Amino acid sequence: MRRRLRYLMRKELLQLRRDRRMLGMLVMAPLLQLFIFGYAVTLDIKQIPLVVCDRDRRAESRELVGSFARSGQFELRGLVDSPNQLDRPLASGRALVGLYIPADFSKRRARGETAPVQVLLDGTDMNSAGVAAGYTAALLADHARRWGRGGSPAMAVAHHPRVWYNPELRSVNYMVPAVICMILATIMTAVTAMALVREREMGTLEQLIVTPISSLELMLGKTLPFAGIGLVDVCLIVLVARYWFGVPVAGSVPLLFLSAAIFLLTTLGLGLFISTVSRTQQQAMLTAFFVIMPSVILSGFMFPIENMPRAIQWVTYGIPLRYFVEIVRGIFLQGIGMEVLWRQLAALVGLGGTIFALSAARFQKRLE
Amino acid sequence: MNRVRVLAVADKEIRSILRDPRSLGVTLLLPAVLLVLYGYAINFDVKHIPLAVYDPDGSRESRDLVEALTRTEYFRLARVLSRPAEAEEALATAAAKVVVIIPTGFAAGLAAGRPVSVQSIINGSDSLTASVSLSYLSAMMQDWTRRRAQARQVPAQALPGIRPEVRVWYNEDLASVKFITPGLVVVILMMLAALLTSQTIVRERERGTMEGLVVSPVTAGELIAGKLAPYVIIALADVALVAGAGRLLFDVPLRGNAALAFALTLVYLFAALGAGLLISVLSRTQQVAYMAALIATLLPTLLLTGFVFPISSMPKVLQAIVQLHPATHFMVIARGVSLKGAGLGVLWPRTAALCALAAALLTASVRKFRKAL
Repeated sequence: MRRRLRYLMRKELLQLRRDRRMLGMLVMAPLLQLFIFGYAVTLDIKQIPLVVCDRDRRAESRELVGSFARSGQFELRGLVDSPNQLDRPLASGRALVGLYIPADFSKRRARGETAPVQVLLDGTDMNSAGVAAGYTAALLADHARRWGRGGSPAMAVAHHPRVWYNPELRSVNYMVPAVICMILATIMTAVTAMALVREREMGTLEQLIVTPISSLELMLGKTLPFAGIGLVDVCLIVLVARYWFGVPVAGSVPLLFLSAAIFLLTTLGLGLFISTVSRTQQQAMLTAFFVIMPSVILSGFMFPIENMPRAIQWVTYGIPLRYFVEIVRGIFLQGIGMEVLWRQLAALVGLGGTIFALSAARFQKRLE
Repeated sequence: MNRVRVLAVADKEIRSILRDPRSLGVTLLLPAVLLVLYGYAINFDVKHIPLAVYDPDGSRESRDLVEALTRTEYFRLARVLSRPAEAEEALATAAAKVVVIIPTGFAAGLAAGRPVSVQSIINGSDSLTASVSLSYLSAMMQDWTRRRAQARQVPAQALPGIRPEVRVWYNEDLASVKFITPGLVVVILMMLAALLTSQTIVRERERGTMEGLVVSPVTAGELIAGKLAPYVIIALADVALVAGAGRLLFDVPLRGNAALAFALTLVYLFAALGAGLLISVLSRTQQVAYMAALIATLLPTLLLTGFVFPISSMPKVLQAIVQLHPATHFMVIARGVSLKGAGLGVLWPRTAALCALAAALLTASVRKFRKAL
């Protein structure tokens, strides 16, 4: 049995090696995603494009505009002469915030009155708009305080916040661990399913069936190479995350690999299952995609689960990816181990084992 | 280009699509599922952050502050701690994301007019929730202080000197579904191109049916036109589905010109189909085509073109690179037309870029295809 399995796996690996592009993709895909997530996908809102209409044009209003430009949170994209000209940059997406300083701004300030300024926000992206509103309020309060007159009352309560686990609040630290989950879920399922359906589509499955290879061997021979590639990908991501992006791995690396291996049970099992219900590669691919997209959205990978409605939160308990995301983040960022993560691991073993066993049973039955 | 031959190829492609009802079902159902998920399940607003309190002061003032923090929709009181050491456990088990510690002497200090401090510990692993909690906490404490000051008749001089009058345009109620729906149209069209068109040519090649087509009198242009036609119909059906559902379920408006929206959607669709075709022509197996489509079209559309993550926050180099992706331009156009009521007068630079990219992608795929034949 072991020899036949070895031959089968060798065939699979040979086939992969001959298909250079495929192999390249399997290695490139995780790296590319890692770099995208590392550099581009950031929920930190900075360099918010701003246009200003300053009708006052005195020292204080200029200083106010300057403090926006210098803050790093805003990027001054232009100055316009009349307030009517503020809506065009907002409509074309060139600016997100329009600031209108009325002509009597410094006069009112000099008299010690409250000076209104108008802030126009493009609310399309409500997230950025909310953050921009917060930054604007903070900058205005700060400016008022520095220019002497007014400002918020001396803060009687000083707030001393401390941030744990990710002290600089870097998105990279949060996103990069999740790439491991994304790769194993999106790529492995579809590729496994397609590899199996391909044999059927090309008619080579019959040939395999008439050989002395048992269905169990066939199944293992087909899935184990992908499990291997999956673990190599995890290795790659951990190394690049650690040494290129400097994301600290606070917890135990062996535990990370153990849970990745358990999670692979789910994705490969799902791939097997999809292969049994699909006739063509395209069908397999679309079915895999249909299952995976919602589970990625609901896994808490980008959008926090506690913000979802209760009913949906219950649904997420049935999604294996959810537990894996929690485990990977816990190990990477919080350095927590089995003592806290055992619940998630148990859920993963339960779900993964069930999915794999059911799919394997179905796969074998289909072959007979 | 011969119309009969184009129609013949289209007819063949339609038959092969209809013979696989599940794939067709997925392409029509997935957009609806995504819209419902993004509309109902995903909430970008960070709310109801679980907060734990350790309050050894236990005074009326400290309880009032805690009450002020947790009465809002931003925080909910998840746990009251009896020992400082419990803070660590609460954060590690995610029972709380924020721990607020009010030291003994808080009320006494306030009464004596001494500066007092409140400490908070924030789980930073989710940097968005963390930075939002941070600013909420600071703002709410400032607000609490101000309200106390007002209650005790502190002179108006000490209140903020500049009053921002904030006005939100286009998405007045800051509803995430209005932000997402136009973007989802962009994503779904790209997804269709990525998953369907990228397979059309390579499938024929992998199955060996390509030779049959090559010896027929069909030219490369006719073949491509015929192959694309059915997908244009499917894609437009999807757009109608998403836009209609967005309108009916979530009140997402179409403030701009409908004809303009339709025309620009077609241009973008051709760009997306061109990208899918190019991948199909360049790949040798369907698996490779699938992965290439995922990497080159779908992932960037989801992550890099401003669908959720703002482009302006990205590094400058990347901002320049994503201008080469058709979805970047159509994202601005789709939101501009539907939410801002913008017309060509404002959107022409984006429209020009989109047209150029569509032309380039289609030309490249036809040319590469001729060579491959």
